[in-house]
Amino acid sequence: MDVLGGLMHGFAVALKPVNLLWCFVGCFFGTIVGILPGLGPAATIALLLPLTFKMDPAGGIIMLAGIYYGAKYGGSTTSILLNIPGESSSVVTCIDGHQMARKGRAGPALGIAAIASFVAGTFGIVALTLLAPPVANFALQFSSPEYFALMCLGLALVVLLSGQSLVKGLLSLLVGLWLTSVGTDLFTAQARFIFNESALLGGIDFVVVAIGVFAIAEVLASIDAGEKAHMLPVPRGLRNLLPSWDELKACRFAFINGSITGFIIGILPGAGATISSFIAYGIEKAFSRHPEKFGEGAPEGVAAPEGANNADSGGALVPLLTLGIPGGGTTAIMLSALVLWGVRPGPLLMTESPDVFWGLVASMYIGNVVLLVLNLPLVPVFAQLLRLPVYTLFPMILGIAIVGAYGVSGRLFDVALLIGFGLLGYVMVKLKYPTAPLILGFVLGDAMERALRQSLMMSQGNLATLVERPISAIMLLMAVVILVLPLFSRFNKARTQAVAEGG
Amino acid sequence: LTRDVLRNGDVISGAVLAALGAYILFEASGYSFRSEDGPGPGFFPTWYGVLMIALSLALMISAAVKGGPSARYDWPAIGKAIGTWLAFAASAALMGWIGFLVSFALLTFFVITVIFRQSPLRAAIVAVCASAGFYIVFPLALGVNLPTGVLGF
Repeated sequence: MDVLGGLMHGFAVALKPVNLLWCFVGCFFGTIVGILPGLGPAATIALLLPLTFKMDPAGGIIMLAGIYYGAKYGGSTTSILLNIPGESSSVVTCIDGHQMARKGRAGPALGIAAIASFVAGTFGIVALTLLAPPVANFALQFSSPEYFALMCLGLALVVLLSGQSLVKGLLSLLVGLWLTSVGTDLFTAQARFIFNESALLGGIDFVVVAIGVFAIAEVLASIDAGEKAHMLPVPRGLRNLLPSWDELKACRFAFINGSITGFIIGILPGAGATISSFIAYGIEKAFSRHPEKFGEGAPEGVAAPEGANNADSGGALVPLLTLGIPGGGTTAIMLSALVLWGVRPGPLLMTESPDVFWGLVASMYIGNVVLLVLNLPLVPVFAQLLRLPVYTLFPMILGIAIVGAYGVSGRLFDVALLIGFGLLGYVMVKLKYPTAPLILGFVLGDAMERALRQSLMMSQGNLATLVERPISAIMLLMAVVILVLPLFSRFNKARTQAVAEGG
Repeated sequence: LTRDVLRNGDVISGAVLAALGAYILFEASGYSFRSEDGPGPGFFPTWYGVLMIALSLALMISAAVKGGPSARYDWPAIGKAIGTWLAFAASAALMGWIGFLVSFALLTFFVITVIFRQSPLRAAIVAVCASAGFYIVFPLALGVNLPTGVLGF
């Protein structure tokens, strides 16, 4: 199926009334999640995952993706009005967005954020549409050794970009690999690491780990942080939300910059929306004719990062859908959702499940329009959410977490595991261990072990097979370089600086 | 110096992870490392177990060499978070006995009064409404089962 034919097929799927509804529901939830600080897309998708078990895969992924990219739209609202990022990807929007709001330009700041998100988000989807087919085609020649090498490369990048300390990132990853080995080995039926507990024979369910490490830990960390802030009034009426002609003109380079930077960074595993928004802001400031205006409420300081974090969504879906390699926590949860529905992401996804692949891509074009409507004229309505006292929100999240974990198997044992993983996630946050590598290790661990063992079976136990095949050799070499380079201090200084700004 | 080192979060978490790595190696040694068909179930765990021990020792050594005070923590704030976690754990433990709806209402009441210092009346109203809301959304509207207790709800 060529791109145009595929896209036509996708729109036929996405425009079915039921899928349109799921797209709207996803974008709606995404906007709410984006606006509420202390509740992120990864946690929300993990919480909602048990409810989607019985859904049709196309409808399910359309909704989950809506939450994923919708949250990035909504995050800017909180940044601008409260000077607290609604999502980590909107941290940098606080700088100029809140300054604009303090100068009475809150409306245009919200408007620019929505317009930049729409322009760059759509660019990201167009780029995804065009780039995914050739990448999938190339990946068709991959066999077990290449997949093993590819996962090593992806995980190395995630570790590199996820936190200040590489060692802590790697340790977090190894714990994830260990947790995924708990249960029965698929090759030999050997029970591993089950602590004489028969309930663990089937392994630990992904939903339990993800809800614990993301949702529960996020609630505990928010209670600990106890953020209090004063909200600026939201202007009413569409006219007050539209930026002036001069402001739009100032942003034209920012729209392009955000689109391209966001998409390219998005493809890299581990980098994610936060880092792409920082880099786009940096580029914008470096090339500006009046860099002194940044930090004082420059409209392009809102447009560039908000554009970048939305173009990032399209980029992040390229490796997820064509290679089956997620680049971050949220996409890792989307990967396991697809696997739960019996859909295998990878180079064959486009031909084996065109409804899922093209349906999702087409729904994102629609979702971006939905989000523009939700975020431009309706933003004053959503901003009312910020008046909701936080103490009502946290018990709700805990309650939904229990329902989700219990729903996996109907055993209180899973709820007990959930409580353990919640504490683990919180301790990791306090001790500055990044949690994304753990989740990715957990999601990819099984596939990685299988790829390694299959490679060694093919070669009769000869490890050299991994470096004798050119593609896998190159990827493994890159993974080694990525993990060794930071040992040299000059490079590491640049890395920690980038991570600190992104963090 | 020794006391400072023992209080350092990196040293403590490194020690815990080194112990976990040792446990993984010990367990993995009981599974076959290699079989006629290729690597066995002990192969992959042995590798990551070795790596885990090496990395956690590196973390401990570098934290101990750097010395200095470990990060400052806001203990009262951490106490709030841990208090919430304990209440969460307790409500889950009670769930098999008094059911989800009651234990969830108790958890909500506790978090709002003790952690957020709101009036008991307000907390009671939120707790009852939240519990009723969960009952309407999950068992009634979505057909999702909730843990039930001896009272049958």
